[in-house]
Amino acid sequence: MAFLLFKLALFLILLAAGGFIVYIIKQQKPVYTWSYRILVAGFICHTLFLAHQYYALGTAPVLSLKSALSFFSWTIIGAYLVFQLRFKLMVLGSFIAPLAAFLMIISSSIPGMEVVVKPMYRSIWLTIHVGTIFMGNGMFAVTFVAAIMYLIQEHQIKRKRLGSFYNRLPSLETLDSINYYALMYGFPLLTVGMITGSIYAQYALGSYWRWDPKEVWSLITWLFYAALLHERVAVGWRGRRAAIMSIICFLVLIFTFIGVSLWLSDYHSFRTIEGRTGI
Amino acid sequence: MIKIVNLGMNHETAPVELRECLAREPGNTSAALASMRKLQSIREGLFISTCNRVEALYTSEDPEEAKKSVISLLSDLGGMPEHAFSSNLYTFEDTEAVRHIFRVASSLDSMVVGEPQILGQIKEAYYQATREKTAGVVLNRLMHRTFHVAKRVRTETGISDAAVSISYAAVELAKKIFYDLEGKRVLLIGAGEMAELAARHLLGHGVTSLRVANRTFRRAVQVAESFNGSPVSFDEIGAQLLEVDIVITSTASTQYVINYEQVKSSRRKRRNRPLFFIDIAVPRDVEPRVNDLGNVYVYDIDDLKGVVAINIAQRKEEALKAERIVQEEVLKFEKWIKTLEVVPTIVSIREKAEAIRQAEVRRSLSGLGHLDPSQRKAIETLTLSLAEKIINDPIVVLKRKADRPTRDTYLDIARRLFKLDQENGGDE
Repeated sequence: MAFLLFKLALFLILLAAGGFIVYIIKQQKPVYTWSYRILVAGFICHTLFLAHQYYALGTAPVLSLKSALSFFSWTIIGAYLVFQLRFKLMVLGSFIAPLAAFLMIISSSIPGMEVVVKPMYRSIWLTIHVGTIFMGNGMFAVTFVAAIMYLIQEHQIKRKRLGSFYNRLPSLETLDSINYYALMYGFPLLTVGMITGSIYAQYALGSYWRWDPKEVWSLITWLFYAALLHERVAVGWRGRRAAIMSIICFLVLIFTFIGVSLWLSDYHSFRTIEGRTGI
Repeated sequence: MIKIVNLGMNHETAPVELRECLAREPGNTSAALASMRKLQSIREGLFISTCNRVEALYTSEDPEEAKKSVISLLSDLGGMPEHAFSSNLYTFEDTEAVRHIFRVASSLDSMVVGEPQILGQIKEAYYQATREKTAGVVLNRLMHRTFHVAKRVRTETGISDAAVSISYAAVELAKKIFYDLEGKRVLLIGAGEMAELAARHLLGHGVTSLRVANRTFRRAVQVAESFNGSPVSFDEIGAQLLEVDIVITSTASTQYVINYEQVKSSRRKRRNRPLFFIDIAVPRDVEPRVNDLGNVYVYDIDDLKGVVAINIAQRKEEALKAERIVQEEVLKFEKWIKTLEVVPTIVSIREKAEAIRQAEVRRSLSGLGHLDPSQRKAIETLTLSLAEKIINDPIVVLKRKADRPTRDTYLDIARRLFKLDQENGGDE
């Protein structure tokens, strides 16, 4: 049942991503409308799948890289849907949906392992920690995508080569404010996630901070985003510079999320490949 | 047999002196419709009159006669002899007329291909015709299809997407930078037709505040008055750069009016809000290097011309797509028109079957003596379905043949088999 829901979600999201790509090329509104509906359907399936996982495991389904990626993909689509309600920007899906679909494909290609859920994972603090961090990541994925779109559009206007993307992409102001709002929503989520994480660590491991590589890199990511937010709010950065900075921030975040967990981390790692698991 | 005819002149066939004679009076359309309604040869009519086009769209069973009447109508309307304009007229019939009205409404026949006003004008002409009750079955259907085609062309092709005039191109660029021009501030430096036109377009798109600077302050006051803006002195330009979002420059100055350092130093105080320079002057007023600054965009006259040239080429490409849509819809409409021709025969067959049925029921009932209502009803139902079933297959065949070349033969045979034409029946 759960497996079927996941496969269905994967299929629908892939289909929607394909539809969104066709939409950006062909610019036909019905293509968009259907892609959007399919994406929402995929999102619902995915939500049911995650709810089932949560119920079955008794904790947030992020204990292996496989499920963490799938959860990440879910939060990206979730963040997109929030922005869709606010900005009604059809073309955003053409960038977001392929990213979400990409993560889903990787997730589904990793062999599933029996996850041993230790009693200490069944804590509300862990659920909040993971939930907020991932939602923050979803928002940051939106800042990343909006930044890329901004740079493409800005390049065309600045160099006066108004190519085929010029008509398809929205205005610079719109892209900049999406980038800004996603940062404004994402940063508090990340902060709350890190605080609850350390509270959970105190309960489960007996100390708030253990200089684990994942913790250190999370702090670095947080500082990067804090710097971007500060420059934006206090100094008045916007446009191209803010876009480049948010791309750098997101790369750091991805490294923290995947790289550190695979290669560096101690207890935060996903050792699914060797058959062990961790958070 | 009904023909759809389109007769008129447009910007290509007739010079402006001729068109303005006909389009001059606002009440002309109404007068034209009134006289068309009186004409025997015209069944339904519609009259379109815009600055680039005057044409009558009508249906008639006697197109030759109708054409003469419409030409004399035009001659009365314009107050000029027929020979003065008859060589400037075009006439389209049937499929060609349908195609023509589709193309006109989709703005494929306009002077500036893709301009959006024409559809509204045609809608207005149609509403007027419905008000004056000169539009009937065929024109109603045709006009609804026309609006549908125009909508398809607009949504499925990019024919009216891109601006084809310099001032509009500037407005579109501004929208790609700022999205919403609501509440944006514009500074107009210098004066000139094109710059003022750009300012006017910006104001039309939501810009609320306009300041005007000029070397001669008196001129600034004049221009500002005509836009409801405020005049500023030439020395204030530096201070204005901190506040405005869009700057249009059009001075005769041989030196840069806006230089790199000036813009660079203003950026921090502006908190990097985007600044868009539209430099229409030759020689240029804005130092080209200003474009290298972040969040600052400079478009000079050549850049804008480049944008327009691309857009025109794009429209031409889109027009090809639009022609294909028109062609598709013409074929669909043709099919419908053809079904119209089998309708009278089908109606006659139905009427004849019903007449026979009623006569036979009446005869039988009188011979059957007393029947209760349910028995009567049963007989009614029985005869109805009998008649219905017998004529059903022939009707299906006729409908299917509606758009085939053999249609007329089938119609002829059907009329003979069912003996629908009483007056000819005596010959056989």
